[in-house]
Amino acid sequence: MDAPRVDALGDAAVVVTFDTALSEAANDRALALAADLRAAPLRGAVRDIVPAIASVVVHLDPRATRVEQVLDELRARASTIPKFFPVEYPRSDSEPGIFNREQFRVHEIPVRYGGEAGPDLDDVAAFAGVSAPEVIARHAAALYRVYMLGFLPGFAYLGQVDPSIAAPRRSTPRQAVPAGSVGIAGRQTGVYPRTSPGGWQVIGRTTVSMFDAAAGRSLLEPGDRVRFVPERG
Amino acid sequence: MGITVVRPGMLTTVQDGGRYGAQHLGVPVGGPMDWWCHEAANRLAGNGPDAATLEVTLIGPELELSRTTIAAVVGANFALTLTGSRSGHASGRSVAMNQAFLIEAGDRLAFGERTAGARAYVAFAGGVAVPPVMGSRATHVKAALGGHDGRALQRDDVLPLGATARQRAEAASAIDVPHLSGAAPDVLRAPAMLRAIEGPEGAPAAFWDAVFTISPQSDRMGYRLDGPALAAPGDQLSSGVTMGTVQVTPSGTCVLLMADRATSGGYARAASVITADLPRAGQLAPGDTVTFCRVTPDEAGEALAATIARLPPAPA
Repeated sequence: MDAPRVDALGDAAVVVTFDTALSEAANDRALALAADLRAAPLRGAVRDIVPAIASVVVHLDPRATRVEQVLDELRARASTIPKFFPVEYPRSDSEPGIFNREQFRVHEIPVRYGGEAGPDLDDVAAFAGVSAPEVIARHAAALYRVYMLGFLPGFAYLGQVDPSIAAPRRSTPRQAVPAGSVGIAGRQTGVYPRTSPGGWQVIGRTTVSMFDAAAGRSLLEPGDRVRFVPERG
Repeated sequence: MGITVVRPGMLTTVQDGGRYGAQHLGVPVGGPMDWWCHEAANRLAGNGPDAATLEVTLIGPELELSRTTIAAVVGANFALTLTGSRSGHASGRSVAMNQAFLIEAGDRLAFGERTAGARAYVAFAGGVAVPPVMGSRATHVKAALGGHDGRALQRDDVLPLGATARQRAEAASAIDVPHLSGAAPDVLRAPAMLRAIEGPEGAPAAFWDAVFTISPQSDRMGYRLDGPALAAPGDQLSSGVTMGTVQVTPSGTCVLLMADRATSGGYARAASVITADLPRAGQLAPGDTVTFCRVTPDEAGEALAATIARLPPAPA
C-alpha cells in the first residue's frame, strides 16, 4: 500500500491508513504524521491525535469542525510522509525537535522472571521447546519498539517478540493480572500498568510504574524503545 | 459538605464532557453516554458545558444535599421524590423531570420507578466538584480514573459541590427530550434507528438491513449486538476507534462502542453512529432493538446542528 488512505471514521474522526500489515516502516510513517500534525496543527478543532501500528486517527470536535473540512488537508499532509521514512521525526510534543534513530528514548525495565511473578513462564518454555532460562534470555535480548499505546492508560504494545517464544494468548483469560506483569501475546509483549483482567502469557513482573494519572504521564510513548533486564535472585 | 449518597443506585457515576488529549497514551475518553441530556441538565441548572453531572443508570440513587442549590434531572423518565422537613414536605413531594427545581439544605432526592430510557443526568448548580484528573472529572471505572476515587458511587460517599451564585430556578416549564419523547414502555417500542457513516473497513449490505438486540453483555464500554452473523472480515491491525464505532468481530458479531471504549481496537470498523444519534444510543438497555441507517458526513453535520438547536438555552 503506497498511497495512504484517508477515511471518515464517523462524523468526529478521520483515519489515515498507511498499511494493512505490520512493519517498522509503516509504524514510522504513522508516528511521523502524528508528530507532523502536532508540530503544525490542522486547521480545525482537533481533540486527539492517536497513532497506531500503521495508522493515525485524528479526533475532531464535530460541533466546530466537520470531517469534510480536514479530509483534503490530511490527504495532502499524509502524502508528504515518505514511504520509507528516513529515520528521524520529533519524538513527542513535550520534547519537540528532530531526533535520529540512535537518539530515541530507550527504557531499561528490570523484570523478575518466573515463579509467582511469571506464572506462565514454563508454559511459554513448553511452547518454545526450550528451557525457562532460554525464554528469559530470548525475551530480554531484543530492543523492542513501542508501536502504539492502548487497552489501558500507559499500556504499550511492544514488538517484535522472537518468533520462537511468541506463544499465543491464554485460552482462558485471567480475572486479575497484577500491575507490572510482563506478558507475551504472539509477537507482542507488554507491561500491565495496573491490575486488570487479561489473557497474555505472564512471564515476569516489574516494579517500575508505567503510568502516573496525577501527572498524566506515561513512561512509554509511541516510538520509544524498551529493553527488559532480568533481575537476579 | 455537598452531596451525600444515601442509596447509590445500580451504576451512578460522575461524568463530564470526557477526557480528551491523551488517547495516544491509551487514556480512554469516557464521558456521558447521552451527551444531549448531560448538557441539557447542566443548562437547566445554570452551569457551563464543562460542569460534571451524575449519570444514573436504570435504577436511580437517593441523594441528600447539605446545601441549598438548584438541580435538574434530564433523561430517562424516573419518578422523582423530594423529601425534607425544612422545605415543608416531610412526607415527600414529587418533582418533575427535565426541569430545574430548588433543593434545600437537608433535602433528599430519591429516584423511583423508571418508565422509559436507560440513563438520566443529575446536574447541580456549580457542578459536582470532584478533583479533575488529566483535565476531566469523568469517571472511568475500568481505568480507575476520575470521578469519585475512579469508581461508581457507593453508600455514604460525600461529593463536593462547586460554588455558584445562582439562587433560583429559571426555567418555568419542563423541556422536551427529543430522542425520548413519545417513548413507549420497552416492549412496545419499535427498533431505535441510529444513523451511521460507513466505516473504513466497510459494512456488508446485511448490516444495514438487520435488526439487532442489545445483549445483556453490554455496559458503558460497549453494546454487544445480537443479530445475524455478518461476513467476518477478520482481524485488522489495531487502530483508533470512536464512541459510536461498530466493530465486527471475527465471529461476525457486532459491537457498538460506547463512552468507556478503549482508545483503539483490532476489529473491522463497519460503521460509526453519528454524533446526533449517540444520545439515542445512550438511552438503550439490554433487550432493546436497534437498526442502522446509512448517511453521509454532510447529513451528519446537519443532523448535529438540528440536535444542538433543540437544547434548552445556555445560561446567560
